[in-house]
Amino acid sequence: MAQPPIKNNGRLLDQTIFTKFLFCNPSIMIFLASLGLFTFGVTILCEGFGLGLISTSFVKTLGKTLCFCIIAIAMDLVWGYCGILSLGHFAFFGLGGYMIGMWLMFARTKLIVIEAAHNALLPPTPAEINDAVGAQIFGVVGGADIPLIWSFADLLWVQLILVVLVPGLLAFLFGWLAFRSRVNGVYLSILTQAMTLALSLYLFQNESGLRGNNGLSGLQYLPGLEDVPQEIISIWFFLGSAFALALCFLGAMVIVKSKLGNIIQGIRDNEARVRFLGYNVEGYKLFVFTITAIMAAIAGALYYPQAGIINPAELAPIASIYLAVWVAIGGRGRIYGAVIGAAFVSLVSSYFTGGQAPDIPLGFGVLRWTDWWLVLLGFSFVAVTLYAPNGIGGFFDRFNRSGDV
Amino acid sequence: MATSRSLLMYLKCLKLSFLGCCMLIFSFLNTLVFVPSAGAQTFENLLAKHAPLIQRSSSKTVAPVLGEIVEFGGPVVQKFLSRWRSKDLYFLMESNQFAYTQDLGDDRIKLINVETGAAFATVTKASIKQIKPNSGVRAKISASLIPFLLASADPKERATSLDALARDFNESHLALLDAAITTETNAALKRRLERAYRFGLIGFGRDEDTVVAAIHELEGDLSLETRAVLNPLLADKLYVAATLPEGINLARRIIPGKTTKLTDGAAGRRSIIGGAPAELSVGAAYNMLVDAAISPALVSIEARNAALADAIKDGRIGVEKAAGLNNETARSAAYSRLVLNGSATKMVDKEAIQQAVDEAVFYAVYDNPSKKIVTAAQTTLASIEGQVNLYKAIDLLVDGLSLASICFLAAIGLAITFGVMGVINMAHGEFIMMGAYTGYVVQLFVPNYTLSLVVALPAAFAVTFAAGVVLERLVIRHLYKRPLETLLATFGISIALQQIAKNIFGTQARPLTSPDWLDGALAINDVLAISNIRIAIFVLGVVFLALLIFVMKRTRFGLDTRAVTQNPAMASSMGINPDRINMLTFGFGSGIAGIAGVAIGLFSKVTSELGSDYIVQSFMTVVVGGVGNIWGTLAGAALIGTLQKGIEWLNPSNTLAAQTYMIIFIILFIQFRPRGIVALKGRAAGD
Amino acid sequence: MPTLLQVDNISVAFDGFKAINGLSFDIGHAELRAIIGPNGAGKTTFMDIVTGKTRPDSGDVRWGKKSTSLIRKSESKIAQLGIGRKFQKPTTFEAQTVYENLLMALANNRNPFAVLRYKKSSQDETKIAEIASLINLKGSLNHNAGALSHGQKQWLEIGMLLAQDPKLLLVDEPAAGMTASERAVTVMLLKDLAKTRSIVVVEHDMEFVRQLECRVTVLHEGAVLAEGSLDFVTKRQDVIDVYLGR
Repeated sequence: MAQPPIKNNGRLLDQTIFTKFLFCNPSIMIFLASLGLFTFGVTILCEGFGLGLISTSFVKTLGKTLCFCIIAIAMDLVWGYCGILSLGHFAFFGLGGYMIGMWLMFARTKLIVIEAAHNALLPPTPAEINDAVGAQIFGVVGGADIPLIWSFADLLWVQLILVVLVPGLLAFLFGWLAFRSRVNGVYLSILTQAMTLALSLYLFQNESGLRGNNGLSGLQYLPGLEDVPQEIISIWFFLGSAFALALCFLGAMVIVKSKLGNIIQGIRDNEARVRFLGYNVEGYKLFVFTITAIMAAIAGALYYPQAGIINPAELAPIASIYLAVWVAIGGRGRIYGAVIGAAFVSLVSSYFTGGQAPDIPLGFGVLRWTDWWLVLLGFSFVAVTLYAPNGIGGFFDRFNRSGDV
Repeated sequence: MATSRSLLMYLKCLKLSFLGCCMLIFSFLNTLVFVPSAGAQTFENLLAKHAPLIQRSSSKTVAPVLGEIVEFGGPVVQKFLSRWRSKDLYFLMESNQFAYTQDLGDDRIKLINVETGAAFATVTKASIKQIKPNSGVRAKISASLIPFLLASADPKERATSLDALARDFNESHLALLDAAITTETNAALKRRLERAYRFGLIGFGRDEDTVVAAIHELEGDLSLETRAVLNPLLADKLYVAATLPEGINLARRIIPGKTTKLTDGAAGRRSIIGGAPAELSVGAAYNMLVDAAISPALVSIEARNAALADAIKDGRIGVEKAAGLNNETARSAAYSRLVLNGSATKMVDKEAIQQAVDEAVFYAVYDNPSKKIVTAAQTTLASIEGQVNLYKAIDLLVDGLSLASICFLAAIGLAITFGVMGVINMAHGEFIMMGAYTGYVVQLFVPNYTLSLVVALPAAFAVTFAAGVVLERLVIRHLYKRPLETLLATFGISIALQQIAKNIFGTQARPLTSPDWLDGALAINDVLAISNIRIAIFVLGVVFLALLIFVMKRTRFGLDTRAVTQNPAMASSMGINPDRINMLTFGFGSGIAGIAGVAIGLFSKVTSELGSDYIVQSFMTVVVGGVGNIWGTLAGAALIGTLQKGIEWLNPSNTLAAQTYMIIFIILFIQFRPRGIVALKGRAAGD
Repeated sequence: MPTLLQVDNISVAFDGFKAINGLSFDIGHAELRAIIGPNGAGKTTFMDIVTGKTRPDSGDVRWGKKSTSLIRKSESKIAQLGIGRKFQKPTTFEAQTVYENLLMALANNRNPFAVLRYKKSSQDETKIAEIASLINLKGSLNHNAGALSHGQKQWLEIGMLLAQDPKLLLVDEPAAGMTASERAVTVMLLKDLAKTRSIVVVEHDMEFVRQLECRVTVLHEGAVLAEGSLDFVTKRQDVIDVYLGR
């Protein structure tokens, strides 16, 4: 799908590289335009700013869907392009959520504690404030001490760095170990699943210092911005998610269309050949794995303030499996396919499981979608794998091919 | 009061026999005058003397009465005591006499003399009073009965009386036991008597050497009672003094914040990383000093803050604004100003605490004053502890083995399909679940648990075999050579099957009840008891291992399967139909999953999520063991089973943590043996 | 002739079976060498060891002027040192165009970050065009590699090796599945290439080896049985015995 080399010489260099990149890939323009239009429409129609045709909770659903699209892009890069079927990217998503959730919860609780101590005779010392915050946050898990990992929870900028750093480091470490020992194929998938399971089991323990199975809650309130209503905050996060999605889409396209994109696809198709060409395959895999883990973490950090709560169940291996389902249904190896798959499947899922879908009366009973949706999803997934390996994206390929080449 | 009531009763019962009347008059006089009892007397006299106390006894007052009754001795006493205990004793007010009764119906009751056993009168129910001792009194009576029962002819009675004796041992029982040991013929009972005797010696022995000998004789006795008897001998108390006193049975010197208490009572150094915390913290040590009136009491932070808060007037303490007291330094400074004013007591600072603690001597003294006894108890306990640890290790190993059997059963089907077809079946866990639900459904129709189990095992195999074959024909067949896509498609199946199970059976757990003979345990001693279900699962695992080896090595199907595993192209050119083999292998692997499901269902609840709980563990087993080899799976299962139990043993409070560490271990293990424990090498390994 | 690659007494066993058993020989600069031998003689294993895919149990493989040992090096490091390998089955990236295939093989910085920032230079363009014409695929640059014929794929793979610019080329059965005319072109190509670099050809086909007109090493049971011109080795009794299975 890359441009013929003949066009690509000095004559075009006076244009900026970026616009050239955009013009050579009309699919990016189409995508960004549709995303912009969609965002604009939602913003105008929502309760916070405009007409109020879209409820706040639906704005949140749409915002969360955009975050799913981001992690789907990450999944497509690592699986559709690099051939690593990771069943662990939702763990990075969750970790990102935990990192930002720590700040949200800590800072807000601290404000509440200070407010409560306003009328005390003695003004509270920092240690007393910390103790009170600890008792507030960790009372549910029978503790009052603030664990070491919360040391920086008061500082937004540190936690923002940690959103990238913690999942990034975990992905790097895990990837380094796994790729170094040449674990690949289904082995690797299972290993990533095991990693996810280990992480969620770890977080389930009260000793993890992240409130065990209670998780972190109250994340929908921004510390210090209690006066701003949820209608406004939801639209902020919606816009933020849309912007992050646009950036991730662009970033993914840059990677895919570069020579790096050629190489990771080469790794997907024939790892040994790439190795004998002199490329350090492990390094490339590690690069893609870590970058996509960071993308997933950013998506998670945007998602959980909109969801309001995070707990270890969110990280369970099944979530990562659904992620694979989205990408497969959307169409692997096409960035836009991943976006379409994530948006389509997650919205349709919430429609069916939310109880809005009408039940179908059968002769002998009633088919309730809340009960049978997952069965349908499971079997349609099998059907997609068997009969439409290109997923929904396969339909668009025709237009894309004529547009791109 | 008692007299007037006796009189009333007397007037009511004029129909009594002459003898009764005589007795009555005698007793009447007796109670009125309180004549002290003279030397030799009948049992009846004795009872009559204590009649008021026997009638309304309490555990506090009954002891001397019981003593005298027991002293009287003989079978009459035994019978009396057991009737008294079982509320089978009646009192006749008129004659101040106790009697046993026999119900003749029609509200008529025959009275029986307690001493002679002869019936002496027939009365109405209303005319007699039942003696109802409370539970405290009954316990005392039981204790008094022991010597009689120990001499009983019925070994069962002797055993129960020994139990009762052990519950309430006193010095007088020593001689009884000693006598009983010599006459006891039942070997097991004799051992128990001997043990009780030793316990008695340890508790009441006057002579130090006898006690020491008794302690040494308990060596090798692993029972909980033995440890419960020996451990108190090592009990100690903490003391503080300016100098270490002489002539005490010193257990150890304690340096607060530094030393720990070792199991033998000596002091140990606290290790810097991990390990047990110090026995006595500096703070607690200082509190001891305060309690011993050696040092002044501390002013707590809370007390200081309260004092500061009290001192605030109009938002100020003296000239200083209270708003500035938002840190420790400012508060301490403000408080020391209060101290200078004389309106508060001085706080003891850290250095002073440390100094006070350093200057005093803290030490532990054994409650037992005899050094010899303590040493004997220490050595005996140490040797017992060693054996207990050995049995605990065996217990752990057995635990690990049974977990390994489960891992093996759950994983072997997966290993077979993976080895033969290179296919990872993500729906394998759901096949396990399907097997468990099959067992549940079978139990709905076959109420006998043993029979239902016999039916359920093959039924589960059949159901999951069929499901496996269908899955292979409809889905997997089309995805050969595309392992990742097989993985995905079987995910889809797994999601759908799980939801279908939820829709059919609901979300609540369904029981799969095991037959009674599986509920018990094989108790080796107080430390080691192996539950039958663990043994059964282990046996099932071994049976399946043997069966698999037989199928793989001795049957045509096994030969064909091995051929297809090693070289599918060559196998098909030799006339083996790989399609058929694949189908059968997949069905076979799934069928074993069904059987594993029944086994798992027996000890855990059957839910739609049962499969997903085991699937990752099964994958781990296959990956660790190595693909395409029964022995590999066995090795993987053994490693995972024992390791997980081992980690749980190190950190028993937290099974979640054990699983977490287990997975981390496996990820690291893969680093060193990427192809598992039993790895194929060379060309056969492929790429 | 200075030595480029020195194989020194290497042995490797798989589950007790000695695939390579004390194998030693040298390859010089700009030498064309054919390795022949019956099935199981250890030809492919030898290539695996040199390229780093298999690690020998004992012995050493030394490379270049500095005699650096290749034993502990990764496949990619060895490839970067200048050893190219052509597989028995043509292995190209079928989902990508011929141009992209060649671009990936070009001897440039192999670091992921450098690759991400990589911009095509005119120098690279010319190089690709040159190679494309050399392997007769100039017209198919924008076709997917999967659409090429079997022989074309073989050439594309050779082209990729050339783009790598190796000092030593290991070629596994290049003539397999080729038509007679394609085969002749391949012989020409290999002989031409051997003028500037060393090439080791592993081949079954005696006629093909004869056309190469080079020194021949006969492997048997993981060790060198004979070495010399083709005519010389084929006359030796032990070689005949091995080939006829006596």
